[in-house]
Amino acid sequence: MIGKLKGQYGSGIREANSYLGQNYMVVEPSIVSELLQILRDREQFDYCVDVTAVHYPDREKQFEVIWILYSFPRNERIRVKTMVADGESAPSAVSIWATANWLEREVYDMFGIRFDGHPDLKRILLPDGWKGHPLRKDYGIIQQDQEWVQANLGIESGQ
Amino acid sequence: MLNYITSYLSSDTTPGQAGNVFWAFVYIMVVFGGVSVAVMAMNWLERKALAHFQIRLGPMRVGPHGLLQPIADAIKLLTKEDIVPDKADKFVFWIAPLIILCASFTVYIVVPFGPTHAITDLNIGILFMLGVSSLSVLGVVMAGWASNSHYPLIGALRSSAQMVSYEVAMGMAVVSAVLMTSLHGLGPYGVGAGTSGTGTLSMIGIVQAQQEQHVWFLFKFFPLGFIAFGIFAIAMVAETNRAPFDLPEAESELTAGFHTEYSGLRWSLFMLGEYAAMIAVSSIAVTLWLGGWFRPFPNTLTGPTWDLVFSLFPGLSFLALAVIAFVGVARMPKHPYFRVQTIGLAGFGAVLGLIGLILFAPPVRDRIQDIFWFVAKVAGFMYLYIWYRATFPRYRFDQLMKVGWKVLLPIGIGVLILTAILGVLL
Amino acid sequence: MGAGQPRDRERPMTDRTTTDQMTTDPDTRLSHLELNQPDKTFLDSNELIINMGPQHPATHGVLRVILKLDGEKVLGTECVIGYLHRGVEKIAENRTYTMFNPYVDRMDYVAAVSNGLGYCEAVEKLLNIEAPPRAKYIRVILTELNRLASHQLWLGTHALDIGAMTPLFYTFRDREEILKIFEKYCGARLTTHAFRIGGCQYETYEGFERDVTKFLDFVPPKIDEYEELLTTNRIWLERTKGVGVISRADAIALGVTGPVLRASGVKWDLRKAQPYAAYADFDFEIPIGVNGDTYDRYTVRMEEMRQSLRIIRQAVERIPEGPIMAKVAKVMKPPVGEIYHSIEAPKGELGYFIVSDGSTQPYRVRVRPPSFVNLQALEVMVRGALVADVIAVIGTLDIVLGEVDR
Repeated sequence: MIGKLKGQYGSGIREANSYLGQNYMVVEPSIVSELLQILRDREQFDYCVDVTAVHYPDREKQFEVIWILYSFPRNERIRVKTMVADGESAPSAVSIWATANWLEREVYDMFGIRFDGHPDLKRILLPDGWKGHPLRKDYGIIQQDQEWVQANLGIESGQ
Repeated sequence: MLNYITSYLSSDTTPGQAGNVFWAFVYIMVVFGGVSVAVMAMNWLERKALAHFQIRLGPMRVGPHGLLQPIADAIKLLTKEDIVPDKADKFVFWIAPLIILCASFTVYIVVPFGPTHAITDLNIGILFMLGVSSLSVLGVVMAGWASNSHYPLIGALRSSAQMVSYEVAMGMAVVSAVLMTSLHGLGPYGVGAGTSGTGTLSMIGIVQAQQEQHVWFLFKFFPLGFIAFGIFAIAMVAETNRAPFDLPEAESELTAGFHTEYSGLRWSLFMLGEYAAMIAVSSIAVTLWLGGWFRPFPNTLTGPTWDLVFSLFPGLSFLALAVIAFVGVARMPKHPYFRVQTIGLAGFGAVLGLIGLILFAPPVRDRIQDIFWFVAKVAGFMYLYIWYRATFPRYRFDQLMKVGWKVLLPIGIGVLILTAILGVLL
Repeated sequence: MGAGQPRDRERPMTDRTTTDQMTTDPDTRLSHLELNQPDKTFLDSNELIINMGPQHPATHGVLRVILKLDGEKVLGTECVIGYLHRGVEKIAENRTYTMFNPYVDRMDYVAAVSNGLGYCEAVEKLLNIEAPPRAKYIRVILTELNRLASHQLWLGTHALDIGAMTPLFYTFRDREEILKIFEKYCGARLTTHAFRIGGCQYETYEGFERDVTKFLDFVPPKIDEYEELLTTNRIWLERTKGVGVISRADAIALGVTGPVLRASGVKWDLRKAQPYAAYADFDFEIPIGVNGDTYDRYTVRMEEMRQSLRIIRQAVERIPEGPIMAKVAKVMKPPVGEIYHSIEAPKGELGYFIVSDGSTQPYRVRVRPPSFVNLQALEVMVRGALVADVIAVIGTLDIVLGEVDR
């Protein structure tokens, strides 16, 4: 499968490997959308388990967006990863798997990564007016949007 | 004056018919007081019975076995802050519980607890009862509207649709019972043949018709009476918004339905009205189908011996309650902490026993018998209400409507037609 | 309504003005389902927007569902979640691997044991160690007991939502017996923290097998009792059959897992598909449904309770002797790398995606919460249904807001 995909995309798939028995591939953001579609249609990865991200502030492209896919017929998992820089957006998978809707909203909420083509990209766990994206590494663990807390909860200290 | 008062005592009609204002007033006081006490007792019984269905104990802290719980609740509700929502229509909000309360208490004017034990006997008794009791839907709608909130509004709309729909089926069942008063025909055991029907809407008249025809209307034209009764028994649960038809106040959907925004005294008025209405519709069912105040088998088990046996029932049942209370006393923990409760329960048992003994006195037992049998039959319905509540899930709105219009109403009409045909043929 | 009063929907349901002013990035702010649009009409309007929750008797916590209604009919729903957000994933980045273990119990607090199992196994995989067989059996027994407890709680609350009061008390009575076993085993009843990375902290107590066996004999008649109250009850059938239907294709596309997926006819259970702990050793069935409606989900869960009992019985009979803890370094420093491990929690697939940077603290922990993903299906399941069905569907999805919001 990997060989076939590599043949099709060449250097678009930068790395395809396995760690602790779990397969993953790192791909260019430009081909992600197409690749996910092919994985679902041709390779039977019909179930999108999770969409998530990891923040690496030291890298040039700070965010790693990860799609964890599972195939019912093959009983197999694969992780598709891509890198996006702060301010860049990742392609949305909502049109491929409906489940990506809330999962992408959560990634947006927590990391501030925008997804192109998402039907209703807004915060999901935090309040609409919140400032900042808490799962970024530069967001402290006790940090809060003090203005929001003061204005909406009436707590003077903002904590 | 004294003459005016005593003159009624020899009368064999209700004070309303006799035109005796004094006794009518006394009766009103007694009935309303009695209903209020019954509501409180029902409140306690429901909580206890429901708790035991559900492997709980129910109220246990206020008084022995929670006997004083209704009183504690009443005090709490009376002293609670009375909240009126800012955006509510104050006047309508204020008057809605009163309408429900008035509607459900006014019907007791014609409820016959005995041949003379009614406030009055209207010749349109049953019509009056249905009419007035259906006024309570007005209170529900007003409460839902005036609260200016979404849940009460939906609750009120559900309630109005539900009560109106079930009233139709209920009316069909009632008409078939009324029809039976004018039709003699054969009873199930061949009794009652040849007696001429009277045809009446009066509550007392309907009970007397059952006596004349020697059959409870439940068993008349078997199974027609039975089916009509079944329709009424279902419709009356829906009419009073009780489980499984408690959609207007469906807790899990509409928080509390039409009385979501009510608290304290006003809320308690709703509860009072609801329980009073439950007792009222049960009285209709008892009057129409279960022979009203008559003891079982008034025409077959006759003679002074049987009269005596049945007249002992009221006293015996109170003695039985007293025995239960004393069993409770014996089972109370012996710890000094429970001393007051034990004494209280013993006192309660003693009062019950005393009432039982008084009820054995011949002049009392003759007068009380009718009331006892009537109340006993109504109490059976009250138990059913609790039982339903413990057993059934709640209907959905469209299913409720389906049951009302597509099942109960056609059957009701069918029963009505068949009753009429049978009455003419037999 | 009195003169001069604002018509009901002219005032917004929540005062959002303060929030709106705070927003720096205007296009991030999107209105919730026309909630703050003034209603042009009231009496002659067909639509009513009501706000169910976050405080509501039947939303199982602080879920808020905005319903757009036409009379009783649901035209649209929108879930607003996050009222219980505690930032579990952020906390994980600031705790060591061991220190984070108790936190996972607070997500799905009615199935805390499952959460702990998933986390411990994920870290074990990352450390490349394996729990000893006895520990695995203890894990299976406790996890399955917890599944039973979770399903019992679900049944009680679901039945209560539909209006049947009594099953709630029966299920809580029987769940109590499970909690007693937990309490005797590890001292806690709800948030148990029963497992440690590398095995279990505690050896089973004296008489553990006897208690579990006693429970196994005690509970089947009780499950029959629940079924007696509900399974053939006409009103129950009417309220659940054909309600909240989700097709097989929709279920897969929406990523729902657990009993909800199986009721739609997908025979998939991680315990069989990718066995973890000691599940490969046991013989059990995966119950599936046909129609994917609320009734099927009910029967699937009822059967799962019985299958859990079967697993526990086999586990108690075959439990091996031996150590309960693998050799684990005091200071855990997993090698650089990442792992995704998931287990079949009572609600569905519970996954942990852990990234290690070689230090004592995880670089990133992502929890794949089954309730969160399943809740997304609510909108599909209630479209065109009635208000009462929304309640039934929220109940049948078996969500725990602690897990949805994390």
